[in-house]
Amino acid sequence: MTIFTLIIINKAGGLVYNKAFHDAGLNKISTNDYLVLAGTFHGVHAITTRLNPAKNVPDRATITATPAAPAGILTRPEPPSGLEVLETENFRLQCFNTMTGTKFLLFTDTTQTNVDVTMRRVYEMYSDYVMKNPFYQLEMPIRCDIFDRKLLSHIREINNR
Amino acid sequence: MANMGAAGKPPGKEAAGLRYPTNMKTIYNRSLNRSKTSELSQASFAYLFSEMVSYAQKRVTGIQDLEKRLNHQGHPIGLKLLDLLLIREPPRSQTRPLTIISLLHFIKINVWQHLFGRQADRLEKSSNPDTPDEYMIVDNEPLVNAYISVPKEMSQLNCAAYVAGIIEGVCDGAAFPARVTAHTVGGKEEGEMWPGKTVFLVKFQGEVLEREALIGKG
Repeated sequence: MTIFTLIIINKAGGLVYNKAFHDAGLNKISTNDYLVLAGTFHGVHAITTRLNPAKNVPDRATITATPAAPAGILTRPEPPSGLEVLETENFRLQCFNTMTGTKFLLFTDTTQTNVDVTMRRVYEMYSDYVMKNPFYQLEMPIRCDIFDRKLLSHIREINNR
Repeated sequence: MANMGAAGKPPGKEAAGLRYPTNMKTIYNRSLNRSKTSELSQASFAYLFSEMVSYAQKRVTGIQDLEKRLNHQGHPIGLKLLDLLLIREPPRSQTRPLTIISLLHFIKINVWQHLFGRQADRLEKSSNPDTPDEYMIVDNEPLVNAYISVPKEMSQLNCAAYVAGIIEGVCDGAAFPARVTAHTVGGKEEGEMWPGKTVFLVKFQGEVLEREALIGKG
């Protein structure tokens, strides 16, 4: 069980962070390729949100009272999430899209469990050590020592388990 | 209609610019001990402090200037904190610190406990005989820097200059005029364990030491 790489993509499709935690397993790619990968994934993700068939939205006339939504209150359908998981024989890619459109991509071993817990933790660290840092400019590449340090120690702990 | 609304209120209240709650209970009506044990959210403080640093960063000429601004933001807090903490002491020990050592202990224990919920990690006197006026308060991981990564090109900066300003306020309020600066010492040989380790250098003014010497004689 291994976590290979973390990539963070901003809402415009630009790569703001990439970090490889494990040398073996996946091919090394250059920073340029990471940028291309981020941009491509951003586009593919945008397409998949459109491909995703809308959930069955009840017609306005046929709405009846349910415990969750009393009569008269229209429920908004959940927005399509788009691509969430991509699995190959070599790795598994999990994508987490925040409310603000930032995407977290974790490349893991196919047998890795609890990726969503790890993802949550990474998101927490991002909100703590990146968003609360007065020297970080939004949408720009992340260069925060404390974020690097905390992330590395957390992932190393998981990889050594 | 707008005129009628305004006529109902006592004249002059709007002009003063202060708005009172309807029951006329402002924070000045509350007991000073009311918020003695209450705690604040660290996240909201982190966001506030982050904005304070960003604000101080506007229109500054350099890192020294930025630290000075942060220092000035903390200074009035220190002045007021001294009074508040002394009044909360039990009546017997309600005197302000009269010697350098008792003042530094007061800062290390009472002020730190009030601000950060724990004591400062160490208190040192400068070992250099040329600078007997310098004392050091050591904090292994200052709360204000918990989420702050200073970029490489500003490595001189330590945002705990704000806390240094608070300490300076306490010293000034107690009639021990001093200059306090914050320095990062983590990342060196023993700093690996505490990368954010910060030293607050307290440099008292000459007259303080003169007075201290006189008190020692008498």
